[in-house]
Amino acid sequence: MAINWFKYSAPSTFYGLAGKLIPFFAWPAAVLFAIGLYIGFFVAPTDAIQSEAYRIIFIHVPASILSMFIYLIMAGYAALGLIFKTRLSSMMATALAPTGALFALISLWTGALWGKPMWGAWWVWDARLTSELILLFLYLGFIALHASIEDPRRADKASALLAIIGSVNVPIIYFSVKWWNTLHQGSSIKFSGTTMHVAMQQAMFTILVACWLYVIAMGLARVRSIILEREANTQWVKELQEAK
Amino acid sequence: MNKLTMLGVLGLVIRRDLLLAMRRRADVLTTLVFFVMVVSLFPLGVGPEPDMLRKMAAGVLWVAALLASMLSLPRMFSADYLDGTLEQMMLAPQSLTMMVLGKIIAHWMLSGLPLVLIAPVLGVQFDMSSQALWVLMLALLLGTPVLSLIGAIGAALTLGLRGGGVLVSLLVLPLCIPVLIFGAGAVDAINSGMSAVSNLSLLGALSLFALVFTPFVAAQALRISME
Repeated sequence: MAINWFKYSAPSTFYGLAGKLIPFFAWPAAVLFAIGLYIGFFVAPTDAIQSEAYRIIFIHVPASILSMFIYLIMAGYAALGLIFKTRLSSMMATALAPTGALFALISLWTGALWGKPMWGAWWVWDARLTSELILLFLYLGFIALHASIEDPRRADKASALLAIIGSVNVPIIYFSVKWWNTLHQGSSIKFSGTTMHVAMQQAMFTILVACWLYVIAMGLARVRSIILEREANTQWVKELQEAK
Repeated sequence: MNKLTMLGVLGLVIRRDLLLAMRRRADVLTTLVFFVMVVSLFPLGVGPEPDMLRKMAAGVLWVAALLASMLSLPRMFSADYLDGTLEQMMLAPQSLTMMVLGKIIAHWMLSGLPLVLIAPVLGVQFDMSSQALWVLMLALLLGTPVLSLIGAIGAALTLGLRGGGVLVSLLVLPLCIPVLIFGAGAVDAINSGMSAVSNLSLLGALSLFALVFTPFVAAQALRISME
């Protein structure tokens, strides 16, 4: 029997699937957040140089990593939607944008909170902070463009193009900002061994996984709302129990 | 009817846009006056000390150039969109990319080139050295086309939208940051006794990169907006 690979690329079938999947991502996210924060705050040792204030990196680092990854995933979905004209891909891109912007904001915010005791300043104009700020601007541009176009099909395509240009531009922006100024400390996690304590690594990776799961759960939840909004006039939505 | 070559189309579009602008000179002058005004506001805001002004000059001129270019972006396609010319251009058998490139070049000649030419006058107000002035002009000459090229995509995406003017700045400004960095960096390098070649080369590279890709992307954006 042939499997229909594209069954769930139709918004009407994906709506139900997404609803069933959300708990499988949301609950582990909550549990892992709790575990990760517990390890981060109570198990991980105090840092010799940075004392207790370093603990904010357990949120800061996962948020920064995800803010960048989500942009790429969003641009990927947007490109799929633009090239193959699959409505669901464009909806996923739209659904991910606010979460990405949120993580970029969290990353900047926690970075500022960390910077005050470490550097003695809330904000310094170094490469990573600045490019993270620009990334936030790119997210806001994407959201603003999508919001200001009434016709959802045109909105999808226009913002998809913007997301693709943005993802081409991100490395250029990153390197230009890096050459412009660098005083951020080098990263402590390298592929060849690390200078971090094991408990610190555990806390960070647990929260990173928790954040991933949160992103997926949020993306699915938001895409469900978008599907309902867009398909409000179709028969299957009218027959839907929850929508009544 | 003669068959138009690609360069023929390009020339025609540029000539047409320049001619239209010459019939309505106020539009071109507004951008220029805006540029001069923004630059002149800075000494009033931060104080007249020549040392500080000399240090700030390149950055101030570049930021003002960026803003002035954003100001003129919404006009790139809007008139043609409103009177239906754009639709005819899309129906034409010639390449839309070429026509968009023509419009971008015309836009640069009307909004970028005047800034390049007037920048030294403003630079003198900021007490810049003659060497720095030359580098500034060269950097603006290499960098302002990128603003028009990237800006064309923003202008095409926001065509016919409410509040398009603010939106286009929101979309385009973050993408133009590398130009600002290398453009102002070139003058800073000269001021601190280094060579400006690396910054200028990177600006030139950005320019060429944008020249190759953005007209095509802007044409696609126009097709999306015109559907």
